[in-house]
Amino acid sequence: MIRAMAMAAAAALLRPLSARALTAPVTRPIPSSGERLPVVGLGTWITFNVGDDPELRDECAAVMRAFFREGGRVIDSSPMYGSSQEVIGDGLGRLGRPPDLFSADKVWTSSGAGGPAQIEESRSSWRVPRFDLLQVHNLLAWEEHLPDLLAMKAEGRVRYVGITTSEGRRHREVEEIMASRPIDFVQITYNAVDRAVERRILPLARDRGIAVLVNRPFRQGALIRHVERHRLPSWSGEIGAASWAQLLLKFIVSHPAVTCAIPATAKVAHVVENMRAGAGVFPEPAMRRRIAAHIERL
Amino acid sequence: MPEWWTYTLSDFLLFSPRTYYRLIERHNAAVWPWQIMTLGLGLATAGLLLHRAPWQGRLVSGVLAALWSWVAWSFVWRRYAVINWAATYLTGLYVVEVLLLLWAGVVRGALSFRWSRDAAGATGLALLLLSLGVYPLLAPLAGRGWRQSEIFGVVPDPTVLAPVGLLLLVEGAPPWRLLIAPVLWCAVSGATLLALGSPEAWILVPAVLLPLGAAAARGRR
Ligand SMILES: NC(=O)c1ccc[n+]([C@@H]2O[C@H](COP(=O)([O-])OP(=O)(O)OC[C@H]3O[C@@H](n4cnc5c(N)ncnc54)[C@H](OP(=O)(O)O)[C@@H]3O)[C@@H](O)[C@H]2O)c1
Repeated sequence: MIRAMAMAAAAALLRPLSARALTAPVTRPIPSSGERLPVVGLGTWITFNVGDDPELRDECAAVMRAFFREGGRVIDSSPMYGSSQEVIGDGLGRLGRPPDLFSADKVWTSSGAGGPAQIEESRSSWRVPRFDLLQVHNLLAWEEHLPDLLAMKAEGRVRYVGITTSEGRRHREVEEIMASRPIDFVQITYNAVDRAVERRILPLARDRGIAVLVNRPFRQGALIRHVERHRLPSWSGEIGAASWAQLLLKFIVSHPAVTCAIPATAKVAHVVENMRAGAGVFPEPAMRRRIAAHIERL
Repeated sequence: MPEWWTYTLSDFLLFSPRTYYRLIERHNAAVWPWQIMTLGLGLATAGLLLHRAPWQGRLVSGVLAALWSWVAWSFVWRRYAVINWAATYLTGLYVVEVLLLLWAGVVRGALSFRWSRDAAGATGLALLLLSLGVYPLLAPLAGRGWRQSEIFGVVPDPTVLAPVGLLLLVEGAPPWRLLIAPVLWCAVSGATLLALGSPEAWILVPAVLLPLGAAAARGRR
Protein backbone atom coordinates (compact mmCIF):
# COMPACT_ATOMS: atom_id res chain seq x y z
CA MET A 1 0.00 0.00 0.00
CA ILE A 2 2.70 2.47 1.10
CA ARG A 3 4.80 1.44 -1.85
CA ALA A 4 1.91 1.99 -4.22
CA MET A 5 1.41 5.47 -2.77
CA ALA A 6 5.09 6.26 -3.06
CA MET A 7 5.05 5.19 -6.69
CA ALA A 8 1.97 7.29 -7.36
CA ALA A 9 3.69 10.20 -5.67
CA ALA A 10 6.84 9.77 -7.75
CA ALA A 11 4.75 9.47 -10.90
CA ALA A 12 2.96 12.71 -10.02
CA LEU A 13 6.30 14.49 -9.75
CA LEU A 14 7.81 13.03 -12.87
CA ARG A 15 4.80 12.79 -15.13
CA PRO A 16 5.39 13.36 -18.85
CA LEU A 17 4.38 16.43 -20.81
CA SER A 18 1.16 14.98 -22.20
CA ALA A 19 -0.19 14.23 -18.75
CA ARG A 20 0.91 17.67 -17.58
CA ALA A 21 -1.28 19.33 -20.16
CA LEU A 22 -4.26 17.66 -18.50
CA THR A 23 -3.35 19.24 -15.19
CA ALA A 24 -2.58 22.83 -16.18
CA PRO A 25 -2.18 25.22 -13.23
CA VAL A 26 -5.39 26.08 -11.46
CA THR A 27 -6.16 29.78 -11.82
CA ARG A 28 -8.14 32.23 -9.70
CA PRO A 29 -9.61 35.58 -10.75
CA ILE A 30 -8.37 38.92 -9.46
CA PRO A 31 -11.71 40.12 -8.07
CA SER A 32 -11.35 43.72 -9.27
CA SER A 33 -10.84 42.74 -12.93
CA GLY A 34 -11.64 39.07 -13.44
CA GLU A 35 -8.13 38.47 -14.89
CA ARG A 36 -7.04 34.97 -13.89
CA LEU A 37 -3.73 34.09 -12.23
CA PRO A 38 -2.17 30.67 -11.55
CA VAL A 39 -2.39 29.95 -7.81
CA VAL A 40 1.38 29.48 -7.44
CA GLY A 41 3.85 32.27 -8.18
CA LEU A 42 7.51 32.94 -7.39
CA GLY A 43 9.06 34.97 -4.54
CA THR A 44 12.59 36.38 -4.84
CA TRP A 45 13.67 37.44 -1.35
CA ILE A 46 17.18 36.05 -0.59
CA THR A 47 17.03 33.43 -3.37
CA PHE A 48 17.42 35.95 -6.22
CA ASN A 49 19.79 38.37 -4.47
CA VAL A 50 22.90 36.89 -6.06
CA GLY A 51 24.54 40.11 -7.26
CA ASP A 52 26.64 39.78 -10.38
CA ASP A 53 27.71 36.17 -9.74
CA PRO A 54 27.43 34.62 -13.22
CA GLU A 55 26.95 31.05 -12.00
CA LEU A 56 24.19 31.98 -9.56
CA ARG A 57 22.53 34.22 -12.17
CA ASP A 58 22.42 31.24 -14.54
CA GLU A 59 20.69 29.25 -11.80
CA CYS A 60 18.09 31.98 -11.24
CA ALA A 61 17.42 32.22 -14.99
CA ALA A 62 16.95 28.42 -15.05
CA VAL A 63 14.44 28.70 -12.18
CA MET A 64 12.54 31.38 -14.12
CA ARG A 65 12.61 29.31 -17.31
CA ALA A 66 11.14 26.29 -15.49
CA PHE A 67 8.60 28.55 -13.78
CA PHE A 68 7.23 29.90 -17.06
CA ARG A 69 7.39 26.48 -18.71
CA GLU A 70 5.18 25.15 -15.92
CA GLY A 71 2.65 27.89 -16.57
CA GLY A 72 3.78 30.34 -13.86
CA ARG A 73 3.01 34.07 -14.09
CA VAL A 74 3.38 36.04 -10.84
CA ILE A 75 6.90 37.06 -9.80
CA ASP A 76 7.18 39.15 -6.63
CA SER A 77 10.10 41.38 -5.63
CA SER A 78 10.98 44.61 -3.85
CA PRO A 79 13.71 47.27 -3.84
CA MET A 80 14.47 45.90 -0.38
CA TYR A 81 15.73 42.60 -1.84
CA GLY A 82 19.22 43.77 -2.86
CA SER A 83 20.05 42.78 -6.43
CA SER A 84 16.94 40.59 -6.91
CA GLN A 85 15.22 43.03 -9.26
CA GLU A 86 18.31 43.23 -11.49
CA VAL A 87 18.56 39.45 -11.51
CA ILE A 88 14.89 39.14 -12.52
CA GLY A 89 15.49 41.69 -15.30
CA ASP A 90 18.50 39.72 -16.51
CA GLY A 91 16.46 36.48 -16.47
CA LEU A 92 13.54 38.05 -18.33
CA GLY A 93 15.95 39.33 -20.96
CA ARG A 94 17.45 35.88 -21.46
CA LEU A 95 13.99 34.32 -21.74
CA GLY A 96 12.94 36.82 -24.40
CA ARG A 97 10.49 38.71 -22.16
CA PRO A 98 7.89 36.03 -21.48
CA PRO A 99 4.48 37.51 -22.36
CA ASP A 100 2.81 35.65 -19.46
CA LEU A 101 4.77 37.55 -16.80
CA PHE A 102 2.71 39.24 -14.10
CA SER A 103 5.21 41.58 -12.45
CA ALA A 104 4.56 42.36 -8.79
CA ASP A 105 6.93 44.83 -7.17
CA LYS A 106 6.83 47.18 -4.19
CA VAL A 107 7.59 50.67 -3.08
CA TRP A 108 9.71 50.71 0.06
CA THR A 109 10.86 54.07 1.29
CA SER A 110 9.90 56.16 4.30
CA SER A 111 9.69 59.26 2.14
CA GLY A 112 6.54 59.69 0.11
CA ALA A 113 8.38 62.02 -2.25
CA GLY A 114 10.98 59.32 -2.93
CA GLY A 115 8.39 56.80 -4.14
CA PRO A 116 8.14 57.68 -7.85
CA ALA A 117 11.93 57.72 -8.35
CA GLN A 118 12.30 54.39 -6.57
CA ILE A 119 9.52 52.83 -8.67
CA GLU A 120 11.18 54.08 -11.85
CA GLU A 121 14.51 52.61 -10.76
CA SER A 122 12.81 49.28 -9.97
CA ARG A 123 11.06 49.28 -13.34
CA SER A 124 14.30 49.81 -15.18
CA SER A 125 15.97 47.01 -13.16
CA TRP A 126 13.16 44.62 -14.12
CA ARG A 127 13.39 45.91 -17.71
CA VAL A 128 9.58 45.95 -18.08
CA PRO A 129 7.53 48.76 -19.67
CA ARG A 130 5.34 48.95 -16.55
CA PHE A 131 4.49 46.87 -13.49
CA ASP A 132 1.31 44.84 -13.29
CA LEU A 133 1.12 45.28 -9.53
CA LEU A 134 2.73 47.78 -7.16
CA GLN A 135 2.42 47.21 -3.42
CA VAL A 136 3.37 49.34 -0.43
CA HIS A 137 5.99 47.16 1.27
CA ASN A 138 5.24 46.45 4.93
CA LEU A 139 2.86 49.46 4.99
CA LEU A 140 5.90 51.77 5.08
CA ALA A 141 4.61 55.34 4.68
CA TRP A 142 1.43 53.93 3.13
CA GLU A 143 -0.58 57.12 3.67
CA GLU A 144 1.82 58.88 1.32
CA HIS A 145 2.42 56.13 -1.21
CA LEU A 146 -1.12 54.82 -1.75
CA PRO A 147 -2.52 58.00 -3.35
CA ASP A 148 0.47 58.06 -5.73
CA LEU A 149 -0.03 54.41 -6.68
CA LEU A 150 -3.76 54.89 -7.22
CA ALA A 151 -3.01 57.92 -9.41
CA MET A 152 -0.54 55.81 -11.41
CA LYS A 153 -3.26 53.20 -11.88
CA ALA A 154 -5.74 55.83 -13.07
CA GLU A 155 -3.17 56.96 -15.63
CA GLY A 156 -2.55 53.38 -16.79
CA ARG A 157 1.05 53.33 -15.52
CA VAL A 158 0.37 50.32 -13.30
CA ARG A 159 -2.49 47.84 -13.53
CA TYR A 160 -3.13 46.98 -9.87
CA VAL A 161 -2.34 48.44 -6.45
CA GLY A 162 -1.82 46.67 -3.14
CA ILE A 163 -0.23 46.60 0.32
CA THR A 164 1.91 43.99 2.06
CA THR A 165 2.69 42.80 5.52
CA SER A 166 4.12 39.56 6.88
CA GLU A 167 4.28 37.34 9.93
CA GLY A 168 1.12 38.72 11.48
CA ARG A 169 2.34 42.31 11.81
CA ARG A 170 -0.05 45.30 11.91
CA HIS A 171 -3.13 43.30 10.96
CA ARG A 172 -5.46 45.94 12.40
CA GLU A 173 -4.03 48.57 10.10
CA VAL A 174 -4.16 46.18 7.16
CA GLU A 175 -7.86 45.59 7.85
CA GLU A 176 -8.52 49.33 8.05
CA ILE A 177 -6.86 49.93 4.70
CA MET A 178 -8.69 46.97 3.13
CA ALA A 179 -11.98 48.33 4.40
CA SER A 180 -11.45 51.95 3.39
CA ARG A 181 -9.19 52.12 0.31
CA PRO A 182 -9.75 50.87 -3.22
CA ILE A 183 -6.86 48.40 -3.28
CA ASP A 184 -6.79 45.40 -5.63
CA PHE A 185 -4.34 43.21 -3.69
CA VAL A 186 -3.26 42.46 -0.16
CA GLN A 187 -0.15 40.38 0.60
CA ILE A 188 0.04 38.52 3.91
CA THR A 189 1.68 35.50 5.53
CA TYR A 190 -0.43 32.35 5.56
CA ASN A 191 0.45 28.67 5.97
CA ALA A 192 -0.65 25.62 7.93
CA VAL A 193 0.83 27.01 11.15
CA ASP A 194 0.49 30.80 10.69
CA ARG A 195 -3.27 31.00 10.39
CA ALA A 196 -4.18 34.30 12.07
CA VAL A 197 -5.44 35.74 8.74
CA GLU A 198 -8.19 33.10 8.58
CA ARG A 199 -10.13 34.96 11.25
CA ARG A 200 -10.57 38.40 9.73
CA ILE A 201 -8.29 39.29 6.83
CA LEU A 202 -9.17 36.46 4.45
CA PRO A 203 -12.95 36.83 5.00
CA LEU A 204 -12.58 40.61 4.59
CA ALA A 205 -10.69 40.10 1.33
CA ARG A 206 -13.59 38.04 -0.02
CA ASP A 207 -16.17 40.60 1.14
CA ARG A 208 -14.27 43.53 -0.35
CA GLY A 209 -13.20 41.75 -3.54
CA ILE A 210 -9.47 42.01 -2.86
CA ALA A 211 -6.98 39.52 -4.31
CA VAL A 212 -4.66 37.83 -1.80
CA LEU A 213 -0.97 37.05 -2.35
CA VAL A 214 0.52 34.72 0.27
CA ASN A 215 4.13 35.24 1.34
CA ARG A 216 6.31 32.99 3.50
CA PRO A 217 4.37 29.82 2.62
CA PHE A 218 7.24 27.75 4.02
CA ARG A 219 8.34 30.18 6.74
CA GLN A 220 11.46 30.84 4.72
CA GLY A 221 12.07 27.09 4.45
CA ALA A 222 12.01 26.46 8.23
CA LEU A 223 8.56 24.85 8.04
CA ILE A 224 9.68 22.36 5.42
CA ARG A 225 12.85 21.55 7.36
CA HIS A 226 10.70 20.96 10.45
CA VAL A 227 8.09 18.66 8.89
CA GLU A 228 10.53 16.84 6.62
CA ARG A 229 11.85 14.91 9.63
CA HIS A 230 8.53 13.06 9.61
CA ARG A 231 7.03 10.75 7.02
CA LEU A 232 4.60 12.31 4.58
CA PRO A 233 1.13 11.11 5.65
CA SER A 234 -0.21 8.38 3.40
CA TRP A 235 -3.44 10.32 2.74
CA SER A 236 -1.43 13.07 0.97
CA GLY A 237 -1.81 11.01 -2.18
CA GLU A 238 -5.58 11.59 -2.10
CA ILE A 239 -5.00 15.23 -3.03
CA GLY A 240 -2.05 14.56 -5.30
CA ALA A 241 0.61 15.88 -2.90
CA ALA A 242 3.82 13.95 -3.47
CA SER A 243 5.97 15.93 -1.02
CA TRP A 244 5.70 18.05 2.10
CA ALA A 245 6.16 21.20 0.03
CA GLN A 246 3.21 20.23 -2.14
CA LEU A 247 1.04 19.38 0.85
CA LEU A 248 1.84 22.73 2.49
CA LEU A 249 1.14 24.65 -0.72
CA LYS A 250 -2.10 22.82 -1.45
CA PHE A 251 -3.29 23.71 2.02
CA ILE A 252 -2.64 27.41 1.34
CA VAL A 253 -4.06 27.74 -2.15
CA SER A 254 -7.18 25.72 -1.34
CA HIS A 255 -8.41 28.56 0.87
CA PRO A 256 -11.09 30.20 -1.28
CA ALA A 257 -9.86 33.74 -0.53
CA VAL A 258 -6.28 33.04 -1.66
CA THR A 259 -5.37 34.16 -5.17
CA CYS A 260 -1.71 33.14 -5.35
CA ALA A 261 1.05 31.87 -3.03
CA ILE A 262 4.58 33.03 -3.84
CA PRO A 263 7.17 30.51 -2.57
CA ALA A 264 10.81 31.44 -3.20
CA THR A 265 13.39 28.95 -4.42
CA ALA A 266 16.80 28.85 -6.06
CA LYS A 267 16.29 25.31 -7.37
CA VAL A 268 14.69 24.17 -10.61
CA ALA A 269 13.42 20.91 -9.06
CA HIS A 270 11.70 22.89 -6.31
CA VAL A 271 10.05 25.42 -8.61
CA VAL A 272 8.66 22.54 -10.68
CA GLU A 273 7.44 20.79 -7.54
CA ASN A 274 5.81 24.00 -6.28
CA MET A 275 4.14 24.81 -9.58
CA ARG A 276 2.70 21.32 -9.80
CA ALA A 277 1.20 21.69 -6.34
CA GLY A 278 -0.97 24.38 -7.91
CA ALA A 279 -2.53 21.92 -10.35
CA GLY A 280 -4.86 18.96 -10.00
CA VAL A 281 -6.91 18.27 -6.89
CA PHE A 282 -7.11 20.61 -3.88
CA PRO A 283 -8.20 19.60 -0.37
CA GLU A 284 -11.81 20.13 0.67
CA PRO A 285 -12.53 21.80 4.05
CA ALA A 286 -12.45 18.51 5.99
CA MET A 287 -9.10 17.58 4.47
CA ARG A 288 -7.78 21.09 5.16
CA ARG A 289 -8.60 20.65 8.84
CA ARG A 290 -6.87 17.29 8.80
CA ILE A 291 -3.69 18.78 7.25
CA ALA A 292 -3.56 21.65 9.75
CA ALA A 293 -4.17 19.34 12.72
CA HIS A 294 -1.55 16.88 11.51
CA ILE A 295 1.13 19.54 10.99
CA GLU A 296 0.33 21.16 14.32
CA ARG A 297 1.11 17.86 16.05
CA LEU A 298 4.55 17.44 14.44
CA MET B 1 8.64 50.63 13.98
CA PRO B 2 6.13 49.89 16.76
CA GLU B 3 6.15 46.16 16.05
CA TRP B 4 9.93 45.92 16.46
CA TRP B 5 9.73 43.07 18.96
CA THR B 6 8.24 40.77 16.31
CA TYR B 7 11.41 40.95 14.20
CA THR B 8 14.18 38.38 14.38
CA LEU B 9 17.69 38.48 12.93
CA SER B 10 16.62 36.40 9.94
CA ASP B 11 14.03 39.05 8.95
CA PHE B 12 16.94 41.32 8.06
CA LEU B 13 18.92 38.75 6.15
CA LEU B 14 19.13 39.56 2.46
CA PHE B 15 21.24 36.78 0.97
CA SER B 16 22.04 33.10 1.40
CA PRO B 17 25.28 31.74 2.90
CA ARG B 18 26.14 30.35 -0.54
CA THR B 19 25.86 33.78 -2.17
CA TYR B 20 27.93 35.42 0.59
CA TYR B 21 30.78 32.93 0.53
CA ARG B 22 30.85 32.85 -3.24
CA LEU B 23 31.24 36.62 -3.11
CA ILE B 24 34.38 36.11 -1.02
CA GLU B 25 35.58 33.40 -3.40
CA ARG B 26 35.13 35.66 -6.43
CA HIS B 27 36.86 38.54 -4.65
CA ASN B 28 39.77 36.26 -3.74
CA ALA B 29 40.09 35.20 -7.36
CA ALA B 30 39.92 38.80 -8.60
CA VAL B 31 42.69 40.13 -6.32
CA TRP B 32 45.04 37.12 -6.29
CA PRO B 33 48.02 37.20 -5.47
CA TRP B 34 47.38 40.32 -3.38
CA GLN B 35 46.63 37.95 -0.45
CA ILE B 36 50.35 37.11 -0.11
CA MET B 37 51.23 40.79 0.09
CA THR B 38 48.56 41.68 2.67
CA LEU B 39 49.39 38.70 4.86
CA GLY B 40 53.08 39.71 4.61
CA LEU B 41 52.18 43.27 5.57
CA GLY B 42 50.20 41.94 8.53
CA LEU B 43 53.10 39.83 9.74
CA ALA B 44 55.54 42.71 9.28
CA THR B 45 53.23 44.95 11.29
CA ALA B 46 53.11 42.38 14.07
CA GLY B 47 56.92 42.20 13.93
CA LEU B 48 57.14 45.97 14.35
CA LEU B 49 55.67 45.58 17.84
CA LEU B 50 59.07 44.39 18.97
CA HIS B 51 60.77 47.36 17.39
CA ARG B 52 60.55 50.51 19.44
CA ALA B 53 61.68 52.98 16.82
CA PRO B 54 60.17 56.50 16.91
CA TRP B 55 58.44 56.01 13.51
CA GLN B 56 56.92 52.65 14.50
CA GLY B 57 53.51 54.04 15.55
CA ARG B 58 53.22 56.16 12.38
CA LEU B 59 54.08 53.21 10.14
CA VAL B 60 51.69 50.76 11.81
CA SER B 61 48.85 53.33 11.76
CA GLY B 62 49.55 54.13 8.11
CA VAL B 63 49.53 50.46 7.09
CA LEU B 64 46.25 49.87 8.93
CA ALA B 65 44.66 52.96 7.37
CA ALA B 66 45.79 51.86 3.91
CA LEU B 67 44.42 48.33 4.30
CA TRP B 68 41.12 49.55 5.74
CA SER B 69 40.71 51.93 2.81
CA TRP B 70 41.45 49.18 0.33
CA VAL B 71 39.03 46.66 1.92
CA ALA B 72 36.31 49.32 2.24
CA TRP B 73 36.59 50.30 -1.40
CA SER B 74 37.34 46.99 -3.09
CA PHE B 75 35.13 44.66 -1.05
CA VAL B 76 32.52 46.51 1.04
CA TRP B 77 31.65 49.22 -1.47
CA ARG B 78 32.18 47.52 -4.79
CA ARG B 79 31.13 43.94 -4.02
CA TYR B 80 29.26 43.55 -0.74
CA ALA B 81 26.97 46.54 -1.30
CA VAL B 82 25.61 44.84 -4.43
CA ILE B 83 23.86 42.21 -2.30
CA ASN B 84 23.54 44.21 0.93
CA TRP B 85 22.33 47.80 0.62
CA ALA B 86 23.22 48.39 4.28
CA ALA B 87 26.89 47.94 3.35
CA THR B 88 26.80 51.26 1.53
CA TYR B 89 26.20 52.94 4.88
CA LEU B 90 28.67 50.69 6.69
CA THR B 91 31.42 51.99 4.44
CA GLY B 92 31.08 55.14 6.54
CA LEU B 93 32.53 53.24 9.51
CA TYR B 94 35.67 52.58 7.51
CA VAL B 95 35.97 56.20 6.45
CA VAL B 96 35.75 57.34 10.08
CA GLU B 97 38.33 54.79 11.21
CA VAL B 98 40.76 55.64 8.43
CA LEU B 99 40.51 59.36 9.24
CA LEU B 100 41.04 58.69 12.95
CA LEU B 101 44.03 56.43 12.28
CA LEU B 102 45.57 58.99 9.96
CA TRP B 103 44.98 61.84 12.39
CA ALA B 104 45.94 60.20 15.68
CA GLY B 105 48.52 57.73 14.36
CA VAL B 106 50.19 59.35 11.34
CA VAL B 107 49.75 63.14 11.69
CA ARG B 108 49.96 63.51 15.44
CA GLY B 109 52.09 60.42 16.04
CA ALA B 110 50.10 59.80 19.20
CA LEU B 111 50.05 55.99 18.90
CA SER B 112 52.95 53.79 19.75
CA PHE B 113 52.53 50.06 20.06
CA ARG B 114 54.21 47.80 22.58
CA TRP B 115 53.55 44.31 23.71
CA SER B 116 52.83 44.15 27.44
CA ARG B 117 52.60 41.20 29.80
CA ASP B 118 49.10 41.85 31.00
CA ALA B 119 45.60 40.72 30.01
CA ALA B 120 45.28 43.42 27.35
CA GLY B 121 48.67 42.49 25.87
CA ALA B 122 47.81 38.81 25.76
CA THR B 123 44.40 39.48 24.22
CA GLY B 124 45.93 41.82 21.66
CA LEU B 125 48.43 39.19 20.57
CA ALA B 126 45.72 36.52 20.49
CA LEU B 127 43.61 38.72 18.19
CA LEU B 128 46.54 39.29 15.86
CA LEU B 129 47.11 35.54 15.70
CA LEU B 130 43.40 34.97 15.10
CA SER B 131 43.27 37.58 12.35
CA LEU B 132 46.44 36.58 10.51
CA GLY B 133 46.75 32.88 11.25
CA VAL B 134 43.42 31.36 12.20
CA TYR B 135 40.94 33.23 9.99
CA PRO B 136 42.30 31.92 6.68
CA LEU B 137 41.85 28.36 7.99
CA LEU B 138 38.19 28.75 8.95
CA ALA B 139 36.73 28.27 5.46
CA PRO B 140 38.61 25.01 4.78
CA LEU B 141 37.83 23.81 8.30
CA ALA B 142 34.13 24.52 7.76
CA GLY B 143 34.29 22.53 4.52
CA ARG B 144 34.08 25.51 2.15
CA GLY B 145 37.53 25.12 0.68
CA TRP B 146 40.60 27.37 0.41
CA ARG B 147 39.18 29.56 -2.30
CA GLN B 148 36.70 31.02 0.19
CA SER B 149 39.40 31.75 2.81
CA GLU B 150 39.02 35.05 4.59
CA ILE B 151 42.37 36.81 4.57
CA PHE B 152 43.65 39.84 6.43
CA GLY B 153 43.75 42.90 4.21
CA VAL B 154 41.43 41.33 1.63
CA VAL B 155 38.04 40.86 3.33
CA PRO B 156 36.58 42.76 6.28
CA ASP B 157 36.33 40.51 9.34
CA PRO B 158 40.00 39.57 9.82
CA THR B 159 41.06 43.05 8.68
CA VAL B 160 38.90 44.61 11.37
CA LEU B 161 40.03 42.26 14.14
CA ALA B 162 43.72 43.06 13.68
CA PRO B 163 43.41 46.74 14.63
CA VAL B 164 41.33 45.82 17.65
CA GLY B 165 44.23 43.64 18.71
CA LEU B 166 46.83 46.29 17.88
CA LEU B 167 44.94 49.05 19.63
CA LEU B 168 45.03 46.97 22.80
CA LEU B 169 48.81 47.11 22.53
CA VAL B 170 48.99 50.88 22.41
CA GLU B 171 51.13 52.35 25.15
CA GLY B 172 49.11 54.16 27.79
CA ALA B 173 45.33 54.37 27.92
CA PRO B 174 43.44 52.45 25.18
CA PRO B 175 42.42 54.78 22.32
CA TRP B 176 38.67 54.28 22.78
CA ARG B 177 37.61 56.39 19.82
CA LEU B 178 39.58 54.15 17.49
CA LEU B 179 37.80 51.07 18.80
CA ILE B 180 34.27 52.30 18.02
CA ALA B 181 34.19 51.57 14.27
CA PRO B 182 35.78 48.09 14.49
CA VAL B 183 33.46 47.10 17.31
CA LEU B 184 30.38 48.33 15.43
CA TRP B 185 31.48 46.47 12.31
CA CYS B 186 32.02 43.27 14.29
CA ALA B 187 28.57 43.64 15.88
CA VAL B 188 26.86 44.01 12.50
CA SER B 189 28.94 41.35 10.79
CA GLY B 190 28.55 38.99 13.76
CA ALA B 191 24.76 39.41 13.62
CA THR B 192 24.80 38.73 9.86
CA LEU B 193 26.87 35.58 10.36
CA LEU B 194 24.51 34.43 13.12
CA ALA B 195 21.54 34.89 10.78
CA LEU B 196 23.45 32.99 8.07
CA GLY B 197 24.06 30.17 10.55
CA SER B 198 27.84 30.51 10.06
CA PRO B 199 30.04 29.11 12.83
CA GLU B 200 32.35 32.13 12.35
CA ALA B 201 29.81 34.21 14.28
CA TRP B 202 30.90 32.42 17.43
CA ILE B 203 34.45 33.57 16.83
CA LEU B 204 33.79 37.12 15.72
CA VAL B 205 31.38 38.16 18.47
CA PRO B 206 33.49 37.00 21.47
CA ALA B 207 36.64 38.07 19.65
CA VAL B 208 35.55 41.64 19.93
CA LEU B 209 33.75 41.52 23.30
CA LEU B 210 36.60 39.92 25.25
CA PRO B 211 39.17 42.54 24.26
CA LEU B 212 36.86 45.34 25.25
CA GLY B 213 36.84 43.85 28.73
CA ALA B 214 40.62 43.62 28.67
CA ALA B 215 40.95 47.23 27.48
CA ALA B 216 38.58 48.42 30.18
CA ALA B 217 40.63 46.57 32.79
CA ARG B 218 43.81 48.22 31.52
CA GLY B 219 42.16 51.63 31.31
CA ARG B 220 41.20 51.41 34.98
CA ARG B 221 44.70 50.69 36.17
N1 LIG C 1 6.48 41.93 3.75
C1 LIG C 1 6.62 41.41 2.54
O1 LIG C 1 6.25 42.02 1.57
C2 LIG C 1 7.22 40.06 2.39
C3 LIG C 1 7.79 39.40 3.49
C4 LIG C 1 8.31 38.12 3.32
C5 LIG C 1 8.28 37.52 2.06
N2 LIG C 1 7.73 38.18 0.98
C6 LIG C 1 7.66 37.54 -0.36
O2 LIG C 1 7.27 36.19 -0.22
C7 LIG C 1 8.22 35.33 -0.81
C8 LIG C 1 8.27 33.98 -0.13
O3 LIG C 1 8.62 34.07 1.24
P1 LIG C 1 10.05 33.65 1.81
O4 LIG C 1 11.08 34.00 0.81
O5 LIG C 1 10.14 34.22 3.16
O6 LIG C 1 10.10 32.12 2.02
P2 LIG C 1 9.31 30.79 1.64
O7 LIG C 1 8.80 30.86 0.25
O8 LIG C 1 8.37 30.52 2.75
O9 LIG C 1 10.51 29.75 1.73
C9 LIG C 1 11.61 29.82 0.87
C10 LIG C 1 12.55 28.69 1.21
O10 LIG C 1 11.90 27.45 1.01
C11 LIG C 1 12.72 26.58 0.26
N3 LIG C 1 11.88 25.84 -0.70
C12 LIG C 1 11.12 26.37 -1.69
N4 LIG C 1 10.48 25.39 -2.36
C13 LIG C 1 10.85 24.22 -1.80
C14 LIG C 1 10.55 22.86 -2.06
N5 LIG C 1 9.71 22.53 -3.03
N6 LIG C 1 11.13 21.91 -1.29
C15 LIG C 1 11.98 22.25 -0.30
N7 LIG C 1 12.31 23.53 0.00
C16 LIG C 1 11.76 24.51 -0.75
C17 LIG C 1 13.69 27.43 -0.47
O11 LIG C 1 14.95 26.80 -0.51
P3 LIG C 1 15.57 26.30 -1.92
O12 LIG C 1 16.15 27.51 -2.56
O13 LIG C 1 16.57 25.30 -1.49
O14 LIG C 1 14.43 25.71 -2.70
C18 LIG C 1 13.77 28.71 0.35
O15 LIG C 1 14.88 28.72 1.20
C19 LIG C 1 9.50 36.15 -0.70
O16 LIG C 1 10.51 35.67 -1.55
C20 LIG C 1 9.01 37.52 -1.07
O17 LIG C 1 8.88 37.65 -2.46
C21 LIG C 1 7.19 39.44 1.13
